[in-house]
Amino acid sequence: MLITCPYCGPRDVIEFTYQGDGNRERPQPASQNLDAWNAYVYDRLNPAGDHNEIWQHSGGCRAHLRVVRNTLTHEVLSTAFARGGHKTESRS
Amino acid sequence: MAEHQLPERQSPLEPEYHPGSHGNFEHGVDVILSETRPGSILQLAAWAGEEKRLIEVVRKVTGLALPDGAGGGVGNGARAAFGFAPGKFTVVDEAEGLAQAFAGAITPAIGTLTDLSHGRTAIRIAGPKAEWVMAKFFAIDFALPAFPLGAGRSTNHHDIFAQIQRSGADQFDIYVFRSFARSFWKALCHASEEVGYEVQ
Repeated sequence: MLITCPYCGPRDVIEFTYQGDGNRERPQPASQNLDAWNAYVYDRLNPAGDHNEIWQHSGGCRAHLRVVRNTLTHEVLSTAFARGGHKTESRS
Repeated sequence: MAEHQLPERQSPLEPEYHPGSHGNFEHGVDVILSETRPGSILQLAAWAGEEKRLIEVVRKVTGLALPDGAGGGVGNGARAAFGFAPGKFTVVDEAEGLAQAFAGAITPAIGTLTDLSHGRTAIRIAGPKAEWVMAKFFAIDFALPAFPLGAGRSTNHHDIFAQIQRSGADQFDIYVFRSFARSFWKALCHASEEVGYEVQ
């Protein structure tokens, strides 16, 4: 499986670390809403198909990435920096 | 006024650094391995949106025209610079004291400067089979069109993080953690045995 890092270009999946479901929304740290915290910690869509994920290019530029991956085919449909600001053109 | 005395830096490769020809060199030496021992190895990081200002600081302090773009880099023999991550750059100088030269130039509004001169070891691999040996180590494309002269890449070999700059058509400079450098060096020597290598 190859993931195309927006900075480094296509790299083997072994260079990346999965950082979890990209659909989660973290409540404000001071939030007392237990349902929101429960959803953040436990609720997962677990789709058979396209899935929003957070990955880190830990064995490369160490940027955190938003990746859309198909959980059935492992096809990586898109990658982008998880946080804006550094707008660097991809080489590929 | 007394000269500022810096402690003499010792090479972590020293116990395994054996100058001369090794391996299968009967038909010639196809790679040359060496430790370049730069005096200064710096990591510069720009805050988001400040990358161009940092690149301008690099130009003013070192005279290196760092290209703006992923993995862009440049070198002039004595000094080299390359991008290794978004907004982050490695700058290397043969001479010591580059951190002091940058200290006033990188203001807190632009970004940060980290002196890694004692934290990284620089290994150079050169020769007609340099790409071949590197390709055994790292799963990236070392062909000249994909990895142009001066460009930098971040990758790793068995969890040893490596920054690589192409410093010649058939020459690469590899920056690895000092604490892992000897292990990496031994592996690199083993990998070079089949093509015949010389340690300089």
